[in-house]
Amino acid sequence: MPDAPPLATENLTRVVDGETLVADVSIEVEAEEVFVVFGPSGSGKTSLLRLLNRLDEPTSGTVYLQGTDYRTIAPRTLRQRVGWVPQAPTLIDGTVAENVAWGPTLRDEPVDTGRLHELLDRLGLSGFAERDADRLSGGEAQRVAIARTLFNDPDVVLLDEPASSLDAAAADRVEALLADVMDAYALTAVLVTHDADRARRLGHRGIRLEEGRIQASGALDTVLSTPVSR
Amino acid sequence: MLQDTLNHIQDPIVWEGLAQVGAATVLAALVVLLSRRRGLELETELSVAFVRGFVQIVAVGLVIGVLLTVPVAWSAVILVGMVGGATWISGQRGAGLPGVTQVSFLAITVGAGLVIVTMTAAGAIEATVRSLVPVGSLVIANAMKINSLALDRLKDELRDKRHEIEVGLALGGPPPAVLARHLRTSVRASLIPVVDSLKSLGWVWIPGVMAGMILGGENPVYAALYQFVIMAMIFAAGGLTSLLTSLLMGRRVMTEAEQLRRIGDG
Repeated sequence: MPDAPPLATENLTRVVDGETLVADVSIEVEAEEVFVVFGPSGSGKTSLLRLLNRLDEPTSGTVYLQGTDYRTIAPRTLRQRVGWVPQAPTLIDGTVAENVAWGPTLRDEPVDTGRLHELLDRLGLSGFAERDADRLSGGEAQRVAIARTLFNDPDVVLLDEPASSLDAAAADRVEALLADVMDAYALTAVLVTHDADRARRLGHRGIRLEEGRIQASGALDTVLSTPVSR
Repeated sequence: MLQDTLNHIQDPIVWEGLAQVGAATVLAALVVLLSRRRGLELETELSVAFVRGFVQIVAVGLVIGVLLTVPVAWSAVILVGMVGGATWISGQRGAGLPGVTQVSFLAITVGAGLVIVTMTAAGAIEATVRSLVPVGSLVIANAMKINSLALDRLKDELRDKRHEIEVGLALGGPPPAVLARHLRTSVRASLIPVVDSLKSLGWVWIPGVMAGMILGGENPVYAALYQFVIMAMIFAAGGLTSLLTSLLMGRRVMTEAEQLRRIGDG
């Protein structure tokens, strides 16, 4: 389906042990936009994100990738197409290059070292390829995690508060590099954040979640200015 | 069967053994007395443990005496019963892991079973109840210990490294490749005690089978060789059990949609 959005959800719901984490969420993410999922902690933002690459199973509803129900796509293919940058970078033991190339290595595929270095340069990590991942600062580790996801060449990137665990200076640097890389690669992204300023700077449209439900959706000004319902 | 048991009890060696128990009891009583004088308040517990140990081990001796009179086919029944017990104990250690009882039963049965059958065919274990049951139980008990260690470590790995595993899956990694390093860690950790035992064999410790054979008047070199065979059997059975458990668990901990299942507290 050529006109279908890169990613859409239909009544997506997840209930665990009687607790509703995500309730009836339907969204459409357009090509090359940064779609913001905004809300306070515990509102279900990360739970929603984990459903989008099927790390968790929806209780009901589904996700469409360019119009195709994602349950018909092999999970590992789906996760290559929908990349995930988690809140904590979680790097493996080894060099920066080994971390960035972890996806193809796991799949036993050849590693394009030229592209790997290009990505590292773009994320301000020139000369870092052979550095031990254990010795990176928080900001550097998060940039390696972003490079690792982008190295898989995904159609959509899920960003789970990628700067929230960093100090202000490192967070700003990660944000600036992220904006640059998204622009350069014309990425489509879903950005989870509780920071309204960051959402405004990076995002285009979005939703506001509360207790797993959509409270507001559409233009960011509307979404971010909607008062908390409780 | 009753006559056999009576014969065992009336054997003059048993009376000799009881006299030796008396001597050992005097030494143990001395410890109890010392404990009382030092105010350790352990005398009741020590005395109960001592008497209980004596009753249990004599009971086992009587049971084995009875078992020696049954046909050899009963060995299989007895060993399967032991595997059942080992599965139950290992299963408790791995509680919270999906399908832990089935996996443990299969792994211990195949791991220990293959070694017992092969070594019986090779003549290292005599095809008699007297030989099959004690040596088989040694192999099964060690397979159980190694299985429990593997499960315990795997549970910790899956809990502590959950995020790392999910990052690997989110990168489109096939579950066997994503889990490989964690399964390897679990197998390696489970084999540390037996590998250390092999390394220290003879110069740090002289194991029970060899000591027993030498005390029984067996040629010390043959006793050493047989002890090595026993250690090799324990290593082979434990290694097979641990590898099988990790292989089977690697599949069980993932859903069909390649999501890592929640690992319960057990």
